[in-house]
Amino acid sequence: MATHLAGTHRMLADWRARARTTGRWRDDEAKLGALLLGPAVVYIVALVGFPFLLGVFYSFSDASVGSTSLHFMGLQNYAAIMEDPTFWRSLRNAVVFALVSQILVVVLGKILAMALYREFRGRWLIRLLILLPWVAPISLGAIGWLWIFDPIYSIITWTLHALHLIAPTDTPVWLGQPGLAMLSVITVDVWRLLPLATVIILAGLTAIPPDVLDAAQVDGAGFLRRLFLVQLPLVMPVMLVALLFGIVFTFTDMIVIYVLTRGGPYDATQVLASYAYFTGVEGGDLATGAAISLFLFPVLAAIAVFFLTMARRAEVV
Amino acid sequence: MATVETRRITKRFDGHAAVAGIDLAVREGEFLVLVGPSGCGKTTLLRMLAGLETPTSGDVLIDGRIVTHVPPRARDIAMVFQTYALYPHLSVLKNIAFPLRAMGMPTKEVESRVQRAATMFGIENLLKRKPRQLSGGERQRVALARAVVREPVAFLLDEPLSNLDAKLRTSARDELQQFQRRLATTTIYVTHDQVEAMGLGDRIAVLNGGRVHQLGTPAEVYGDPEDTFVATFIGSPPMNLISTPTAYVGIRPEHLLPMQAFSSSEQVLPYPLVSQRVENLGADRLVYGTLAPPHPTIKVISRLPSMLGVEVRLGERQEFAVRPRDVKRFALDSGRKLDPASA
Amino acid sequence: MDARRLTLRAGHFVLLGAFVVFLAFPFYWMAITAFKQSTDLLNVAANPLWFNLPPTLEHLTVLFRDTQFGRWLVNTLVVSTAVVAITLLLALPAGYALARFSGRRGRSLGMAIFITYLIPPTILFIPFSRIVADLGLQNSLWSLVLVYPSFTVPFCTWLMMGFFRTVPRDIEDAALMDGLTRLGTFFKVVLPLAKAGVLTAVIFTLTLVMQEFVYGITFITTSSNYTVSVGVPTFLVRGDVYFWGSLMAACLIVSVPIAVLYNFFVDRFVAGITGGALK
Repeated sequence: MATHLAGTHRMLADWRARARTTGRWRDDEAKLGALLLGPAVVYIVALVGFPFLLGVFYSFSDASVGSTSLHFMGLQNYAAIMEDPTFWRSLRNAVVFALVSQILVVVLGKILAMALYREFRGRWLIRLLILLPWVAPISLGAIGWLWIFDPIYSIITWTLHALHLIAPTDTPVWLGQPGLAMLSVITVDVWRLLPLATVIILAGLTAIPPDVLDAAQVDGAGFLRRLFLVQLPLVMPVMLVALLFGIVFTFTDMIVIYVLTRGGPYDATQVLASYAYFTGVEGGDLATGAAISLFLFPVLAAIAVFFLTMARRAEVV
Repeated sequence: MATVETRRITKRFDGHAAVAGIDLAVREGEFLVLVGPSGCGKTTLLRMLAGLETPTSGDVLIDGRIVTHVPPRARDIAMVFQTYALYPHLSVLKNIAFPLRAMGMPTKEVESRVQRAATMFGIENLLKRKPRQLSGGERQRVALARAVVREPVAFLLDEPLSNLDAKLRTSARDELQQFQRRLATTTIYVTHDQVEAMGLGDRIAVLNGGRVHQLGTPAEVYGDPEDTFVATFIGSPPMNLISTPTAYVGIRPEHLLPMQAFSSSEQVLPYPLVSQRVENLGADRLVYGTLAPPHPTIKVISRLPSMLGVEVRLGERQEFAVRPRDVKRFALDSGRKLDPASA
Repeated sequence: MDARRLTLRAGHFVLLGAFVVFLAFPFYWMAITAFKQSTDLLNVAANPLWFNLPPTLEHLTVLFRDTQFGRWLVNTLVVSTAVVAITLLLALPAGYALARFSGRRGRSLGMAIFITYLIPPTILFIPFSRIVADLGLQNSLWSLVLVYPSFTVPFCTWLMMGFFRTVPRDIEDAALMDGLTRLGTFFKVVLPLAKAGVLTAVIFTLTLVMQEFVYGITFITTSSNYTVSVGVPTFLVRGDVYFWGSLMAACLIVSVPIAVLYNFFVDRFVAGITGGALK
């Protein structure tokens, strides 16, 4: 028994001695923090910062896919873009698509979130169904809509005919007529982002303490008054997050355009991102493509600043 | 079992000193309570003793050795947290065994130690459960068992009773003290509850604003407070403080009694008052009133034991008095106590 | 009173129904198309909403036999696994460091990292195409493995930062008192408690990878090297004859499993986004 105890005491003493000296860096918060953060930060800087700067550089050069030579061209590319009507149309389309679709998304999302607010039987199933557009890969979902918008076999056309809303001889070319094409693209944008906005807004709604709404009811506020004066202000920050996310995703997106219309008809649905792709990758003119795509950045920077100020203000609260 | 000491220990956060140069010496086997209002620095001090915070300046010594920059695991002390901090993903047994496993102790030894610790706190039947299946009192015992199992040289306890409901707290307090006496391990205990402090501590350190205002036995801290802060913090209801032109006069509520309570031969100082309200608490009556002239019109509280059947007439001036030796005097500028001789 | 309740209920129902139809109908349409016989499908006179002829597996067979769909699935799986591994390796420690060690500066750094997630592929893909070619990774799946973490890592770091913040500090302190180093507490205590978070990060990385299109179409040129997300729209949609049945089958096969997985973790995802942005 005595030797057993002695053994334990010796082991403890050994362990204490070891603990005091080794593993210093494993306890040092500053060093450990740097070590744990380092790889991720390096990766991000190398794979986001560097290409970004390279893109900026390309926009001032004559880089192209075929040649390895690189000459500094000054602002020539930018000047050329300014002269290009397609560029302006792309810019305008991108703005229109982003704003229209996202305002729709936020409004519809709020309505849907309110409808999902209270628990009811089968709510989990409804949620699953509602999320489908967001979880399906964008390109595949868009292909589905390509089929839905088919000139001959469109289910929408069939439904409109069945409901006698249009003449049987009238077959709208959903993706081929400029106005309709824009409408169709906006529809798919809304379809894709509505689920995310809804879920985000729903989370915001459930975060409102029920006491506040009860108090409003006791104070005599009717449904509309409660909605606009109590609920909406409290859920506004969350709706803003959803809106900003949506704008970023829509404004910088090229996939929906690429799959549905390739930018047509006659650039009616061309956006900045898709135009950059067609010019830079398919067309081989890296320099112009880079210049075009850089016009996406100001909007993103503005949104980023917005996020930061919102976060800072929230911290004060 | 060891002594724990701090030397001019300071901790600054963003320019504000949470702990402002404290010298503390805890004796071997002593139960020392750090008490004070929230923000007084007691928890920061405890965490520096534990090694969870590094002091801005000053030293921590355990058993005479400077351990200021030694990590917690090498200090051979154990801590019980206010929230108990049990590992939620581990069973009670694994929770208690955790520190032993961390030091690489052989399984047989671990098992026997865990058994002993569990038996000490009467939780042998809970070993297989997970923390979320336990009540507050049971979790507290598991936390204690985990602290005990390493046989550390000192225990640090951070308000371990504050999460228990009132009834449980008194019995838990009793058990805690008994267990500490049995183990005779140096214990440093933090609480904001001065009743707890008075009940548990061999000595009490009263803290405020990062400083120790007084270090002494409960009797010393209660009967002979160093300054107005200690005087009013310790004792419930708080000591009555009456400002006079020369000093603050302090009278404890239980010393301010109706004239009839004293024998006619006793020398007493008169403090007449007009009572506004009486609270009948069962064992005592609390009389809330205002002093009458010649004294300044100040609100005071008097505590009458239930055995004293004197009638209290509300709204009327009644003669109350205090024994001279029960009157404390404090300096007007610093609040520090004044020797009766210098009065 | 009852009539009012009933109309409210009915209205609620209709409203939800409209939304569900708008959002979920395309998938129903995909499913129907995938299993309808071609003659049934292309018959303008028939009712398109249900089967007029018995359903068939013909399109599925064509998909797997006559196209490279199977190959694309494998490619996607390979890339996904590699990217998940890299992402976890980088984002888990980074998220922990940000959650625990840095206080105010940590918050700003975390926000900065999240902002990089907002830099879209459509800005970076042009310079990347050159970088990838210069590295000799042109047309290789490894180009994707290299580049995808550039958006999965910021996002997952942000997500994990939120999750690690939910582990009570007390428990880490207790582990420190009980004998572990700071690194030890990360592996033995914090990580097991953040299991749900790690799983969420894995799921979202998978979905991000599977959805990616821009880099895929820019870097990869040979059809056999495509991932599913790129291969289906580009390769299967050629010329004037569209193999709609197989196309829809392909979309369905990829979308549904992701949807099911995703559904379990949406709540945490949203908590991560809103909690982080508004904390």
